[in-house]
Amino acid sequence: MIKKTRPQKYNLVNKKVPYLFILPWMIGFVVFTLGPLVFSLIMSLFDWPVTSSPTFVGFGNYIKMFTDDPQFYKSISITFKFALVFVPLNLIIALVLALLITQSVKGIKIFRTIFYLPTVVSGVAISIIWGWIFNSEYGILNYLFSFIGIEGPKWLIDPKWAIITIVIASAWGVGTMMLIFYTDIKSIPRDIYEAAAIDGAGPLRQFFYITIPSITPTILFNVITSVIGALQQLTLVLLLTGGGPLKSTYFYGLFVYNNAFKHHKLGYASANAWFMFIVILLLTLLIFKSSSAWVFYENEVKKEGGKK
Amino acid sequence: MKTSKTYKFIVYIFLGLFSLYFLFPFIWVILTALKTETEVFAFPPKIFPDIPQFHNFVDAWTSQPFGVYFKNSVIVTVLTTIGQVASCSLIAYGFARFDFKYKNLLFILLLSTMMIPWDVTMIPLYMQFNIFGWINTLKPLIVPAFFGSAYFIFLLRQFLMNVPKDLEDAARIDGANEFQIFYKIFLPIMKAPLILIAVLNILVVWNDYLGPLIYLQDQSKYTMALGLAAFRGVHDMQILPIMSITLVMIIPPILVFALAQKYIVEGISGSIK
Repeated sequence: MIKKTRPQKYNLVNKKVPYLFILPWMIGFVVFTLGPLVFSLIMSLFDWPVTSSPTFVGFGNYIKMFTDDPQFYKSISITFKFALVFVPLNLIIALVLALLITQSVKGIKIFRTIFYLPTVVSGVAISIIWGWIFNSEYGILNYLFSFIGIEGPKWLIDPKWAIITIVIASAWGVGTMMLIFYTDIKSIPRDIYEAAAIDGAGPLRQFFYITIPSITPTILFNVITSVIGALQQLTLVLLLTGGGPLKSTYFYGLFVYNNAFKHHKLGYASANAWFMFIVILLLTLLIFKSSSAWVFYENEVKKEGGKK
Repeated sequence: MKTSKTYKFIVYIFLGLFSLYFLFPFIWVILTALKTETEVFAFPPKIFPDIPQFHNFVDAWTSQPFGVYFKNSVIVTVLTTIGQVASCSLIAYGFARFDFKYKNLLFILLLSTMMIPWDVTMIPLYMQFNIFGWINTLKPLIVPAFFGSAYFIFLLRQFLMNVPKDLEDAARIDGANEFQIFYKIFLPIMKAPLILIAVLNILVVWNDYLGPLIYLQDQSKYTMALGLAAFRGVHDMQILPIMSITLVMIIPPILVFALAQKYIVEGISGSIK
């Protein structure tokens, strides 16, 4: 119960009250985030099998990871390759879609719905749907290709193509990013475009000189979220390829997951996870640092936007 | 700017091509689910089934205890949604409408939790839930939702920051306590963003695969996502049941989306302003 104190000024709030509101988050933060985070850091310093008791190994897990585990490097490089293709592609598709759905043509709302639809069914369903389409024996995609005289690749069986398959399936869920771009583009004042058009700027110039600079903060936000998402991709890999063929899609997320739950090397897996955590932190920091060069805020002091 | 006919034509071509990419996979699943076994594996592939095989759905549904899975999925989805709406509205209100010591520090802490990779806390969380005796129950999937989620709190807080301050000041003069102000004045105003986070939560939880995969072992505890995935391992080429259940599984999220579409489009726009 909160004690009723007589406020001296009408706008004085009992000092404890705000904390009561955020109390659920504080408890959850300690129990479900901070505690496990610290504990996993401790675990990463132990050899921690499931069956016997853990032994302290210092930085042994980290040293082993960097010097004695080829799969570590392979998984890192696969994951970064994926991110390098996926992030720009995803951004471009989201931006193109956002531009398309800002066009004032008939039926545009229906198209907006269609483009967002796959985002609604992410996860197992996506992997099953695409797995069936990409099926190299019975899949419809290669059949359609055969009409235009192309012999489609063995998507999920050929190590060269499996990762591309995952990129295509991932890009299907671009809807949220599209909506974020869409609302941002819509909020650009029309008169800027009209003024530019009077000055003789064509659509392409308008796009590069008005639209893009206006939405750079949103681009920054989308770059960061999609980099973090790409580096953690797991569900799709687990279900679509299981890491194969020939470990060509053995993403880092899967590497950690298998070390933990398949090989039961809990300490080692914790070290793996912490490594990725640090990589993500550094990358985010790097992107933020670079942003002062290419992100333009409408007015830097605008109460919220300026802080980001 | 007048849009010329050729311009419109080009726009429609692009709209059409992208629609194909986003829509065709769904259509193909529907067409596959309605075929016979021979039609599915026919070469060259048949586009349309001769006679739609609606009994495929019944066969698939009864081949595993999907009734139980469906019930589990509904339980988890409904309870987490209640938990998120209740906790996130309180927490976001606390951050948006009060000034208190360490507020900014705590809020930055909250935002930074969004960057923590899922696999860092995965193992300790598993061990923790194991100590609680929660493994192979739905609790690890449900209980954390009652302590809020950073992204949802952020969305709600952005919304609440834009509500004029005089609103609660007037109520305070009238002698209302802070929880009455929250409950009676702010909760009704927050309807739209609360629907947004409810919908987003429903979509995430309904589709979640990793959580159930890690915490649930018995078939009687499976969710739809897990049951569907289990299909794949055991009967690899049983395309018909897989496709039928996939269709059944994507109907609830599509329905929720159809009903709440307005809130999603408007809510996501409000959140980044």
